[in-house]
Amino acid sequence: MQTPAPVDYARATSVDHALQLLDQHGEDARVIAGGHSLIPMMRLRIASPTTLIDLNDLDELKGIRVEGNEIVIGAMARHAEVLDSPILAEHYPVFREAEKLIADPVVRNRGTVGGSMCQADPSEDLSAVGSALRGTVVIRSKSGSRTVPIREFHFGPYMTQVADGEILTEVRFPIRPGAGSAYEKVERRVGDWPVASAGVFVVVKDGVVSDCGIGLTAVGAEHFSAPEAEEFLIGKAPTEDNLAEAAKIAADSCNPISDQRGPADYKKHLAQELTLRALRRASAASQGA
Amino acid sequence: MTAVEEAPVSAAGNPIGFGSMKRKEDQRFVRGQGNYVDDVNLPGMLHGAILRSPHAHAKILSIDTSRAEAHPGVVAVITGKILEGIPRPELLGDNFAWMPTLSYDTQAVLATDKVRFQGQEVAFVIATDRYTAKDALELIDVDYEPLPAVMDAKKAMDSGAPVIRDDKGQTDNSITDVMGNKFWESGNAIGTQEAIEKAKADPNCVVVTQDIMYPRVHPAPMETCGSVAYLDPVSGQLTLWTTSQAPHAHRTVYAMVAGLPEHKIRIISPDVGGGFGNKVGVYPGYVLSVVGSIVTGKPVKWMEDRSENLMSTSFARDYHMAGTIAATKDGQILAVDVDVLADHGAFNGVAQPTKFPAGFFHIFTGSYDYPHAHCKVTPVYTNKAPGGVAYACSFRITEAAYFIERLVDCLAAELGMDPAELRLKNLIKPEQFPYETPTGWVYDSGQYEKTMRLAMEMVGYDELRKEQAEKRARGEYMGIGISFFTEGVGAGPRKDMDILGLGMADGIELRVHPTGKAQLRLSVQTQGQGHETTYAQIVAHELGIPPEDIEVIHGDTDNTPFGLGTYGSRSTPVSGAAAAVVSRKVRDKARLIAAAALECSPDDLEWSLGKWSVKGDPDRAKTIQEIALLSHGSLELPEGVEGHLDATAVYNPPNLTYPYGCYICVVDVDPGTGQVKIRRFVAVDDCGTRINPMIVEGQVHGGLADGVGMALMELIAFDEDGNCLGGSFMDYLLPTAMECPDWELGETVTPSPHHPIGAKGVGESATVGSPAAVVNAVIDAISPFGVRHADMPLTPANVWRAIQGNPVRVDMAVE
Repeated sequence: MQTPAPVDYARATSVDHALQLLDQHGEDARVIAGGHSLIPMMRLRIASPTTLIDLNDLDELKGIRVEGNEIVIGAMARHAEVLDSPILAEHYPVFREAEKLIADPVVRNRGTVGGSMCQADPSEDLSAVGSALRGTVVIRSKSGSRTVPIREFHFGPYMTQVADGEILTEVRFPIRPGAGSAYEKVERRVGDWPVASAGVFVVVKDGVVSDCGIGLTAVGAEHFSAPEAEEFLIGKAPTEDNLAEAAKIAADSCNPISDQRGPADYKKHLAQELTLRALRRASAASQGA
Repeated sequence: MTAVEEAPVSAAGNPIGFGSMKRKEDQRFVRGQGNYVDDVNLPGMLHGAILRSPHAHAKILSIDTSRAEAHPGVVAVITGKILEGIPRPELLGDNFAWMPTLSYDTQAVLATDKVRFQGQEVAFVIATDRYTAKDALELIDVDYEPLPAVMDAKKAMDSGAPVIRDDKGQTDNSITDVMGNKFWESGNAIGTQEAIEKAKADPNCVVVTQDIMYPRVHPAPMETCGSVAYLDPVSGQLTLWTTSQAPHAHRTVYAMVAGLPEHKIRIISPDVGGGFGNKVGVYPGYVLSVVGSIVTGKPVKWMEDRSENLMSTSFARDYHMAGTIAATKDGQILAVDVDVLADHGAFNGVAQPTKFPAGFFHIFTGSYDYPHAHCKVTPVYTNKAPGGVAYACSFRITEAAYFIERLVDCLAAELGMDPAELRLKNLIKPEQFPYETPTGWVYDSGQYEKTMRLAMEMVGYDELRKEQAEKRARGEYMGIGISFFTEGVGAGPRKDMDILGLGMADGIELRVHPTGKAQLRLSVQTQGQGHETTYAQIVAHELGIPPEDIEVIHGDTDNTPFGLGTYGSRSTPVSGAAAAVVSRKVRDKARLIAAAALECSPDDLEWSLGKWSVKGDPDRAKTIQEIALLSHGSLELPEGVEGHLDATAVYNPPNLTYPYGCYICVVDVDPGTGQVKIRRFVAVDDCGTRINPMIVEGQVHGGLADGVGMALMELIAFDEDGNCLGGSFMDYLLPTAMECPDWELGETVTPSPHHPIGAKGVGESATVGSPAAVVNAVIDAISPFGVRHADMPLTPANVWRAIQGNPVRVDMAVE
């Protein structure tokens, strides 16, 4: 049995209360949502927070809803809710495709969207999806709320805009009528982190790509994104050649590292292959195929 | 043979003999009422935790335990220096800091001079609870001077390589066995070499060479290793609850390690949550719990965590095999040669019979009939965890079976011959049994072609080849892989096999109580194999007592006879035979008692299941239950017949048993990503008589999943600095149900001619046989890209790299 170091525990009753607890317990306190990253890190003693502030009672952070022309996912929405959400299935099937491949049902029943975003693992599936869809995150502190584009949210591996004394409260995505979306992932075994993944959306209007987003994870893509590939594709017909060129541009912008999931050249290849496969399906979906 | 006869059914609905029945032990497991070592809690018990080395190779300059000792709740902190100060009363070495391994090497209990692998035991904290013990580990200050590490086995013997075992005065990293050899050979070196040279010169022959690696994997049992030790300060009795596959062998080893009198040692292996060879050896942690109890006078529990289990306990494989096979162009195999570099880690802790320092790797000749074979195995030390020959391998047979089955496929590729056709052409024929192999092993029985044809029929081999051709034309890549394996299990004959001088025979004791219920006491130890059920069925088969009336007792050295334990698929071949033999002793005695009761001559009686009756007068009969009561009653017994109906036996097998099988795997490979999907897996096993077919199938299912894991994902690699890259289940991937297809099982039954009930053992068959089937299927799928071989695990990256013609080296960190 792996045993964490001694830790205190406090249960927040509201976001304001959680912020107050964070303030009170100092910089070595950590909020805990699903706990599927933090608890294993504590058991391995990679992380030793002094206090855990439990957000699991905060109903205000739960749920998935539409507000105007945006979809709002509460930070405490579980992966399983994202997987099953009819709202997301209607507008962005990419969520369902990605969630089906995230860990296993036990983890998805407990793990949260906010937790995944804030853990900021360089291999996080939802980071690729969020980056592809160019969503925003809402971060609250005692002094109020601020909104940050997802493509500015990550500073690097395990580092985000969420500062001491702040809590991520929701993630928002613009609804894009007519968008097709898709997620492609290679993993060594079901439930493993991706060797590489690509999540995309494409809007095809009048025979050309009017809008698109490409998100990539685990391949060293800056902000999990491939803006040059998107620029290339917008305004062009979604032909196989154009999709392939966009995928190549996306892969060229990646800087993967070799690890036990695979060597860098393979990951770079996957960035291209998976982007192409996702673009094909998303543009076909946008065209009603 | 009675193997195929339908057994009568008991009142409880169980077969009185062989046949499928639910496992008796599952009543407690499915209710959560199992009792494992970590469930043992004794009054006043303390908890130990081990500080482990972060370095693969480093000098220990100093260890300061003062802060840990001052930590509230800490009772004692033990270091190697302290162990050095405890004199060992007798035998093997002079103090407690080092202990003997199962291969006559020494292993540090706690490091004194140097650490030699990442995860090595450095200090032992004993505290009032497990959390406190772990907290205190962080308060021990160790000053290390890191040394260059030997992580690449291929560089271990380079001149100037850092010397790992300077403690033994070594000047290089070679391993010398107890017989003084630095390498181990079998077969005929000269004859094999001549045959290969001759084939090279013959235009009608081919010679194929291939380097094949079986990388380091780990048994990863669900329950990690641990122990609870209590040395009663008054009586001097040591009781050790421990995760052991071989409690009696452990008792003797502790007697030798600790110098404790063996009659004062009691080893209890309660329920064991999987072993796969991981729980054969004696680990420093077990010894430390004993030392901890000596030091504190209290019971001390030590349970390792998952990372400790993966990083420090017995690994498996790590064989670099360079193979050569010669054959005629029409596919007749002429000779096989293999040169093996064996990575044994920092201490030679391999579990193997003494005379077989490379285990049973000799069986690399496989299931084929050819005259010349030779192997040479050279072991080396590296800065990796010690152990070896663990993980359902029958003493290196897994490596051997994988090697020959991969090499035969390489030959088929070279010849442009269908691999099924090549195998069928070379399989040993039924009339050739008993068959002596070129390395001197005598296979007991087999109908290889029948088994192979059944597997091909089940999978629809010819249709699959057609489908494959059509798909290839469309640019789709499916593969069909065959593995035909033969194992030698049931170690083993006393004259040939011992471990640390302990012969590999097994004792057994059967007590039939006055009311006809029975207790069977085994020397072997179940870790999930279902002994409590199958052994009851063996007795039921021999005596007609329903299995529900037979209690099987095992895992407690005070309550069971001596024997060497459960590993290498040896329980059914050895102890299972003992169960039949002891039952027959009881049956023979019952005959004498029945004759006395029926007032006739024993010669006038005949046995039918469960009773002795007078020939020609079946109404004059005594059931085994009636005889049991008579044997304990006042009936006047014939001269020379003692009362009661108990018996003991020790079974010394005349030979190994040789289970075999043919496995066929069908995969689909996505060449764009390298992903492998196992579409189908047909496994036809011949393990001789099947005592409980349901348990056999369960064992095969588990072994096939193991094989899929090793073929596709399981791996412990190391980086150049010595970091273990498989130290958690996030890094060491085990297969899940999602990677496993619906197993399609078949059977042929060729009983062992020398086993009392014809059973051969099956625990490891599927693990031994399946990796080659998966790998052969994947290579077959990607052969249009010019790939003839790629090493396991065939992760998507490795498959893709093989297709690119740039295969990765699997045992080192990916670059």
